[in-house]
Amino acid sequence: MLQGHLDILSIAIVTAAACALPGVFLVLRRMTLMSDAISHAILPGIVIAFFLTGNLSSPLLILAAAGTGVLTVVFVELLQRTKLVKEDAAIGLTFPALFSIGVILISRFAGNVHLDMDVVLLGELAYAPLNRLKIFGSDLGPVPLYVMGTILVLNLIFVVVFYKELKLVTFDASLAAALGFSPTLIHYGLMTLVSVTTVGAFDAVGSILVVALIAGPPATAYLMTDRLSRMIILSAIIGCVNAVSGYWIAFLFDVSIAGAIATMTLIIFVLVFLVVPNRGLIAIARRHARQKWEFAQTMLVIHLFNHEGLPEAETESAIADLHEHLSWDPGFTNQVVKYALSNRCVSRKETQLILTAHGRTIAQQALVQ
Amino acid sequence: MENLSILTHFDYTLMIVAVGAALLGTVSGALGSYAVLRRQSLLGDAISHAALPGIAIAFLLTGSKTPLILVLGAAIAGWLGTLLIMSIVRLTRIKYDSALAIVLSTFFGFGLVLHTLIQRTGNANQAGLDTFLFGQAATLLERDVLTIGILGGIALVVMLIFWKELKLLVFDEGFAASIGFPTRTLDILLTSLLVVAIVLGLQAVGAVLMSAMLVAPAVAARQWTDRLRLMVFLAACFGALAGVSGTIISSTASRIPTGPTIVLCATVVVGLSIAFAPNRGLIWDRIRQQRNRRNLKMETSRY
Repeated sequence: MLQGHLDILSIAIVTAAACALPGVFLVLRRMTLMSDAISHAILPGIVIAFFLTGNLSSPLLILAAAGTGVLTVVFVELLQRTKLVKEDAAIGLTFPALFSIGVILISRFAGNVHLDMDVVLLGELAYAPLNRLKIFGSDLGPVPLYVMGTILVLNLIFVVVFYKELKLVTFDASLAAALGFSPTLIHYGLMTLVSVTTVGAFDAVGSILVVALIAGPPATAYLMTDRLSRMIILSAIIGCVNAVSGYWIAFLFDVSIAGAIATMTLIIFVLVFLVVPNRGLIAIARRHARQKWEFAQTMLVIHLFNHEGLPEAETESAIADLHEHLSWDPGFTNQVVKYALSNRCVSRKETQLILTAHGRTIAQQALVQ
Repeated sequence: MENLSILTHFDYTLMIVAVGAALLGTVSGALGSYAVLRRQSLLGDAISHAALPGIAIAFLLTGSKTPLILVLGAAIAGWLGTLLIMSIVRLTRIKYDSALAIVLSTFFGFGLVLHTLIQRTGNANQAGLDTFLFGQAATLLERDVLTIGILGGIALVVMLIFWKELKLLVFDEGFAASIGFPTRTLDILLTSLLVVAIVLGLQAVGAVLMSAMLVAPAVAARQWTDRLRLMVFLAACFGALAGVSGTIISSTASRIPTGPTIVLCATVVVGLSIAFAPNRGLIWDRIRQQRNRRNLKMETSRY
């Protein structure tokens, strides 16, 4: 039992980390949807390789599928290069067409062979550990773990070795080209990795949920940091958290593991979106609220400052009439006065509101600005 | 003789399916034009995947498999997904593509979770996931076609009523906002129309391929004209053409699924348009290049 948990969990974690690494660059380069396209378009590659080998776990299958993935990228670029089709439409044309070919091939010729569409599209992590790697009769663990482990190492090597190039091409492609780094080469390198990762992961989580693993954690990390290196590490960590929490939810409620991991990806993304300091929704709302009061307070002190020491000061600074002078709502005016009092910008003198030294400085500064 | 064999295939059921596919192609082609022009071609993909949890929840709540209830659930979920995409883009620095990918995959994943829940309750009357993913055009009934016709017709009428506003939104959103059009409301309106088209198409072509029904006819139509009016009209025609021809081709042999065939037909239309369309098309372009080269040679040889 424990071994089963460990097997599935380790596959989930390794897959999540392997997907998060290239995902960071896809998110930053605004090409996340290429992963969606690739994950669908590899279907005909898988089907044809399956017809040739008759084996769903043959390495040829992974190669053929990854090749189809790269071919998808080439198709999209060719379509774009005609300048007749924009990038998004090119993607939206290419992958459904390739996917359709795959579906037709399956239903036309694979009626009596075992190639289940659901498995390709949805995956089933629970079955992944059943496929064991056995050498000389000794059980070395589930095959998908080794496949994804290898892909993780490949991705890691690519990101570490080409870190500088990736960073440059991502943030300033023209500078990269001017300095002699080929953006095209890096682009295709990255796309090959995405293809290989997608193909490796579809076995475990299915092709639609690969997109959740590739896009979710990096986007979540993007909300949290401005540094590329930190974003990569955070993405990998968030991916693992999603995978582990998703797995336990799936186990507790007896539901699809891949689906639960995707659901956790959404929940954690939304949570971060709400609470992250400075950029989160709550922080933005609080900043807006604070700015509203500060602005009103500044208006108030400027008003008092303008009339300070003049004959009309007595009427202009009467607390009861302030709302008329500032043309504010009376209730709002009361709250602003309270806010300003609590900040010691003004003080109360019988029915009058007078500026403190601090309030006078604020008014002067605001007027200078 | 080939023609005759196609004709004999044209029985009643096939006709219903063909009419349904044609209506669907018309609606999605016309509305897809806006998505393509706004560079939101993949929004359809996101909406159609995001609809899954809605279908599952509608089924869990009502226990019924009535198409209209499931369609309503799908529409609400697809619509919520789009709103989430819009607010992510507006409120964070995450770009459109990532927002789309997140909503698409995670909503779908949540739908999958609900689906396994339904399966576990052992309810035999469960909403088929395969049907959702790949559609089952062959199961279209007369009343389904009627639903497609009525709801799609309403969507098209709304599109025509707001023609001017939507046109402005598509081509110059900033200007539309500056002269006082409520662009966000219009954005939501346009998205809602897309949601209607997509949800109607789920039963026929399924979630994965629905996006192609929005994109392909519009891209093909774009090659033939620079006028929105003509483009929307042509896209509707191409959509209908793909629907009918796909249905007929898939009926000529056994075990050719209808949805993918329709998509491939639409793709062929795109390929032909990109190659042959006057002015923009590739062949036209090649001819123009050669003529320019010849003219240039003649001009330069004078000096």
